[in-house]
Amino acid sequence: MTTATQKTLVAKTGNEAMSEAMRQINPDVVAAYPITPSTEIVQIFSQFAADGLVKTEFVPVESEHSAMSACIGASAAGARAMTATSSQGFALMWEMLYVAAGLRLPIVMSVVNRALSAPLNIHGDHSDTMGARDAGWIQIYSENSQEAYDNLIQAVRIAEDDRVKLPAMVMTDGFIISHCMEAIELLPDAEARKFIGEYRPERYLLDVKNPYTLGAVDLQDYYFEHRRQLAAAMERAALVITEVAADFKNNFGREYGFFESYKMSDAEIAIVAIGSACGTAKTVVDDLRTRGIKAGLLKIRVYRPFPWKEIVSAIKHLKAVAILDRADSANAFGPPLFSDITSALYLSGVRVPAVSYVYGLGGRDITPEHIEDVYEEISAVSKSGAAPAKLFNYVNLRE
Amino acid sequence: MTKPDNGQEIKPGWKTLPEGDVLEAGTAAEFKTGSWRLEKPVWDEEKCIQCMFCWINCPDAAIILKDGKVSGVNYDHCKGCGICAKECPPKASALKMEK
Repeated sequence: MTTATQKTLVAKTGNEAMSEAMRQINPDVVAAYPITPSTEIVQIFSQFAADGLVKTEFVPVESEHSAMSACIGASAAGARAMTATSSQGFALMWEMLYVAAGLRLPIVMSVVNRALSAPLNIHGDHSDTMGARDAGWIQIYSENSQEAYDNLIQAVRIAEDDRVKLPAMVMTDGFIISHCMEAIELLPDAEARKFIGEYRPERYLLDVKNPYTLGAVDLQDYYFEHRRQLAAAMERAALVITEVAADFKNNFGREYGFFESYKMSDAEIAIVAIGSACGTAKTVVDDLRTRGIKAGLLKIRVYRPFPWKEIVSAIKHLKAVAILDRADSANAFGPPLFSDITSALYLSGVRVPAVSYVYGLGGRDITPEHIEDVYEEISAVSKSGAAPAKLFNYVNLRE
Repeated sequence: MTKPDNGQEIKPGWKTLPEGDVLEAGTAAEFKTGSWRLEKPVWDEEKCIQCMFCWINCPDAAIILKDGKVSGVNYDHCKGCGICAKECPPKASALKMEK
């Protein structure tokens, strides 16, 4: 049991960090169903609820579809609602994800990324949440436990902002982050709660003096307008994400943006990636720099809304870029991050040779040696000036 | 919705429409769904013992109450599911389905 009273450095796994953030967020309702590797988040949180450390109504539902449904009902009623899941559980929530976004309910969810069946696999990759990249949810990915904690706290403010009113999901890599213990800094309870603030919805269904209809059938004459509003909210979310990050930095010192630029300003070649592999990539960048190779790393934190202009600005000076996806689209073209970034480059009239690398599916290791190989390959591309011989590549895959 | 002289409805655009599929309350009352019905429940005032089983079990709001008492069926909204007739106690048998 943790009752942090001052800024303290503690040993926490990713899942423990997420549950500590949830304790400080103190949601009105948490509805969840266990699934590896996210189970612990809600398991630990349910103990907080049983011990009276939070005022949360904890609802142990019979499936993830019900978990998201209960969160939608609670959020529509006026509650701050949260849940957590992974992989198949996330997939089972599918239709309800779109309902949460379409009804503009600021539900916040932790997702511990895990491969999707089949074949059955419990280990980390981004296949689950990448599938929901167009569901109308804000997506924030974390490199480590500290970021998972900080991101979850910021996500509540972003989602609940009147200009946004969108659900948000915060991700960690299954097992690599969720079950790996790291030293992280927890915020004092009072300061965290002050930062997060109270949830004061503009309208809510339990306000019996102001009744309204929510979620009625919406056919040819209105559905399109409502979907356009959803798109506009996602556009506005970008500004709010920036504001919340700035306030977080002012209060607690740690800096967050749409992405982290690691040694990018003078870089000639760089990797763009998401999640825990970025920690490994940073050590490779440091090593390459000692050998005079101008390598950099762009670590994507916010994937939805997609900060396409900012990403282009950050990579346009490169001689070659490798875009790493921990998910494959199986679309006979390219994986999600690669497709998005190359589209953004094209629309900006920027021609940087870009190479796609899919890695780590089903928890397959990605080591410094693998990442160094990627840098070597794009270094060759940068020197030749010709189009890369092979656009679509797989890291650490047996031929 | 405002209606100009030509009678054509002007619908709000996405910038002015309330966000998140929100409408005023009670719109279902104006949306008449009784035409979906194949069989209709017929209520017999003489036999009714006012147990309210039909009212509480109706999945719509098609049992009409007046001064706290059952006083008929709202055929604009009754879809003829027959639950009220099924729940009506045998000793009363005040609701029967008719084609």
